[in-house]
Amino acid sequence: MSTADEPIVRLRHPGRWVAAAAIVFLLAVFVHFVATAPKLRLDLVAGYLFEKSILLGLVKTLQLTVIAMLVGVVLGTILAVMRLSENPVLRSVAGGYVWLFRGTPILVQLLFWFFLGTVVPNISIGLPFGGPDLISWPTNTVITQFTAAILGLGLNEAAYMAEIVRAGIGSVDSGQREAAEALSMSPWITYRRVILPQAARLIVPPTANQTISMLKLTSLVLVIGLPELTTTAQLIYGRNFQQIPLLIVASLWYLVLTTILTVVQNRLENRMSRGVLR
Amino acid sequence: MMVEAVNVRKSFGDVEVLKGIDLTVAAGEVVSLLGPSGSGKSTFLRCINHLERIDCGEISVNGELVGYRRHGGRKYELRPRETAAARRHVGMVFQRFNLFPHRTAVENVMEAPVFVKRETRAAARSQALALLDRVGLADKAAAYPAQLSGGQQQRVAIARALAMRPTLMLFDEPTSALDPELVGEVLEVMKDLAADGMTMIVVTHEIGFAREVCQRVVFMDAGAVVEAGPPAQVLSNPTHARTRTFLQKVL
Repeated sequence: MSTADEPIVRLRHPGRWVAAAAIVFLLAVFVHFVATAPKLRLDLVAGYLFEKSILLGLVKTLQLTVIAMLVGVVLGTILAVMRLSENPVLRSVAGGYVWLFRGTPILVQLLFWFFLGTVVPNISIGLPFGGPDLISWPTNTVITQFTAAILGLGLNEAAYMAEIVRAGIGSVDSGQREAAEALSMSPWITYRRVILPQAARLIVPPTANQTISMLKLTSLVLVIGLPELTTTAQLIYGRNFQQIPLLIVASLWYLVLTTILTVVQNRLENRMSRGVLR
Repeated sequence: MMVEAVNVRKSFGDVEVLKGIDLTVAAGEVVSLLGPSGSGKSTFLRCINHLERIDCGEISVNGELVGYRRHGGRKYELRPRETAAARRHVGMVFQRFNLFPHRTAVENVMEAPVFVKRETRAAARSQALALLDRVGLADKAAAYPAQLSGGQQQRVAIARALAMRPTLMLFDEPTSALDPELVGEVLEVMKDLAADGMTMIVVTHEIGFAREVCQRVVFMDAGAVVEAGPPAQVLSNPTHARTRTFLQKVL
C-alpha cells in the first residue's frame, strides 16, 4: 500500500460540541425554571389569550398597522417621486418633509396630533390668509384618538418609505430607461413596465421590515390612551396585577402576526426575483 | 434621405463634444462611425434618436425633425410622449445590451409591440418567436437574460429592436462588451440585416466588419468628422494623418 492511499482524517471540532452542550443545558434550566415557577401563573396566559378585550385590542392593532402603512406607502411614494423630480421646489419640499418627520421622535408626533385641539380649536375649510370660513368643525371631534394615531404613525412612516422608494427607483440601471425610450415607450409605460417592477424587488424587503416594525410601534399609542393590544394588556394587569402573564399574552400575538408577515414577505420576494440568478 | 444631420453641436457642461457634424445616410445604406474613444461618435448616434438633446443644428430621420417641431421660424422641443412616438421607426442596440432582466427573451421582444403598438399578445408572441429564430435563438425564448451569454443577449436585443419594424437601426458599439469568441455571432446577425437592405449606422471598433459590410466609413475625432468615404479608400488610403495614426493603433 502506497502512502497516497492512506485515509484522510478531517479536523475534529470538540469545542463545538462543548458549546452546544452548554447552551442546551442553560436552555433546559430556563425552561424548568419557567415551568415550575409558582407565581408565574402560566395558566392565566391560556385563559387571557382569547379573552374578548384582548382580541378587540388585537383588531385595533391590525387596523392601525394596515392604515398607517397604507398612508406611509402612498405618501412615501409621492414624496419619493417629488424628490426625484427636476423641479427644485418639489424636491426641497419633499426633502424638508423627510427631514422634519425623521428628525423628531414619533412619541412627540403622536402627542402633537392628539393635543392639536389645544392650539387649533377649530378645523375649517375656507379662503386662506384670513378669509372667511365656509365650513368648520371643532378639532377635538375630528382628531379622535384613532385619527391622531393614524396621523402620527402614518405621516412618520411616509418619511421612511420615501427614502426606501427613492433608493429602489434610483438603483435601477439608467440603461433600462434608455432601452425603454429607444423602444419608443412613453414615460408612463417605461415607469410601469420597466422601472417599477425592477425597483419593487428592492423595495419589498425593507417595506416588509417597516410593516413588522409598525406592528409593534402601534403599542406607542398607549400614550394617547387608545386601547390596542399592549394598552389592553396593561389595563387588565392594572386590575389583577398579573403583569408578566399578560405581557406574554400580548407578545404571543405579536409573534403570531410577525410570523404571518414574514411568510408573506418571503412569498413576495420569490415572486419579485424573476430573472435573478441565485 | 433616411438621415440628414446638419451642423449638429452638443456640449456637456463646458466641454463641446460635437463641433458641427454634417452627415447624410441614404435608405439601405450601411455606415460605420469610427474614431478614438471620446471622439463623440456614440454621442452623435444617441442624438439621432434624441436620447441626447442637441444644442444647435438639426437632425431629421425620414424627413421628420428629431425631437423638435418646426413652427414660425423656431424649433420647439417635443413632449416626452411625442418624442416617444417619433422614435418608432428607429431601433437601437446598446453596448451593454440593456435587456429587461425581469422578462424572458421572448417577453423582451414582445414588450414594445404589446405596450406601444397595442398589438395582441398572440400576434406579438408569434412575431417575437420568428425574430428570435432569425437571430438563431428560437430555443432560448423562455430564458431570462441572466441565463444567456453576452452574444446571445445582444442578439435578443437586436430582435427586440426589430420588433418595432424600424426603418433605421442604430448600433452603439454592439460588440465591445463581448468576449472575443462571441463577437462573430453578433456580427453575423448584423451582416444578415445589412444584406436584407436595412439602413444601419454602426459605431464600432471592428475594422473588418466596416471593411466588409459598410458602404461608407466616417472617421471622427475630437467631435468632428475628419474624413468619410468608401471603406477601401478611408481604411486603405486615408488622406488625414489622424486617421492613419488611429488605424495603425487598431489594426
